[in-house]
Amino acid sequence: MSFEASLERLETIAARLEDDELDLDAALALFEEGIAELRAASAFLAKAETRLKQLNEAADGVFRIDDLRG
Amino acid sequence: MALTATARDVLEGAFTPLWIRGEVSDFKAHRNGHWYFCLRDEDAQLRCVAWSRERRRIPAPPDDGMQVVALGQLTIYPARGEMQFSVTRIEAEGDGLWRKALELTRARLEADGLLDPSRKRTIPRHPRRVAVITSRDGAALRDVFAVVQRRCPSVEVVLVPASVQGDSAPESLCFALDQVARWGAADVVIIGRGGGAREDLWAFNDERVARALAACPIPTISAVGHEIDMSICDLVADLRAATPSAAAEAAVPVQAELRERLRASAAVLTMLTAQRVTRGRDAAAGAARRITDGATRRIERRRLELEAAAGRLNALSPLATLERGYAIVRTGDGRTVRSVRRLVPGERVDIVLRDGAAAATVEPAAPNGESASPVASGTRSAS
Repeated sequence: MSFEASLERLETIAARLEDDELDLDAALALFEEGIAELRAASAFLAKAETRLKQLNEAADGVFRIDDLRG
Repeated sequence: MALTATARDVLEGAFTPLWIRGEVSDFKAHRNGHWYFCLRDEDAQLRCVAWSRERRRIPAPPDDGMQVVALGQLTIYPARGEMQFSVTRIEAEGDGLWRKALELTRARLEADGLLDPSRKRTIPRHPRRVAVITSRDGAALRDVFAVVQRRCPSVEVVLVPASVQGDSAPESLCFALDQVARWGAADVVIIGRGGGAREDLWAFNDERVARALAACPIPTISAVGHEIDMSICDLVADLRAATPSAAAEAAVPVQAELRERLRASAAVLTMLTAQRVTRGRDAAAGAARRITDGATRRIERRRLELEAAAGRLNALSPLATLERGYAIVRTGDGRTVRSVRRLVPGERVDIVLRDGAAAATVEPAAPNGESASPVASGTRSAS
């Protein structure tokens, strides 16, 4: 899931947690899901160095991305 | 006719390619792709031809009456025996031809709806991978990379190499756009190059490139370093940036802000969950209290019922009767005497009162309405 999708999911979860009618078990399940999303999104942000790549297409149309020394 | 051919060779040998200034007249674009026209001034006119294969560098056909300078070779066309000027470049005053070419391309794209603002897609806010269509060695790639590295290093920059100037540039750019589309793994595409002379940027005004850009399934940002005019690619792209650096800034967010958003999101999640748990606990405590309260009330009610029952029992107890001054007569074996008929004269009985019992002996007594029933007489004792 992309960072953007993770953030959107977190917002949906927050909105549902604000619902007074929400069952406690459901609330805790949502909380766990939210934590997982937070972990995934944080992992995305953890990369500290941009990698410069180059798209290469083989003769059979298969794409490969290779490191490019910038 | 060797003479005409010789005359042509002489003429071509005598004149190197040169620039001629004049006004365009009698312009005709032939079906075979060649252009025919005249260049004239007050004194003379010169027949001109622009062969379709040799006019790649002429941006648009000149209009009659346009003041131009044309680069060409003076020659003789043997089939007609006419002197003509074979033109390979034309510059109009005030960039007239460039403007005209832009306007023509623009009008065609507009007619096909490719410039419609409703076609513009939103640039994703958090791309994971940015494709950059530019030359491998240009400043544009370095600039984009530097901005992404500074703002959001978790984003990957993928070069899709293309030549960005020269005759092969439009084809090369179209091919790169097609590659990006078929690859499909980028979230946003930046296409562009650093600044340069107008001719160097001309590939980004090419109609084929514009159409390939419009067909790109991934949101596009154009970044053609130039000063005043918008390029055709700028008009077609989903977003126009003035420079490659600006394009990169539009494409990637600042990572610190993302971190902040995540932190805020985590805080909200924790707070809301904690609130929900607290509400749950309060609700549980409330339920427990209601259960306890209910039990207490039930016990109290039972106690009261018990007391009432005890009261009733007490009222029925013979002891209460004795309190009111009645007496019980019991025989020696403890049976309560309910009738004088059970009494035998001379029998020993006990008379039980509130505060004790007295022993007595039965005298003859009579039931109600009779005589000589036994009656008790005797001693008493406090119980």
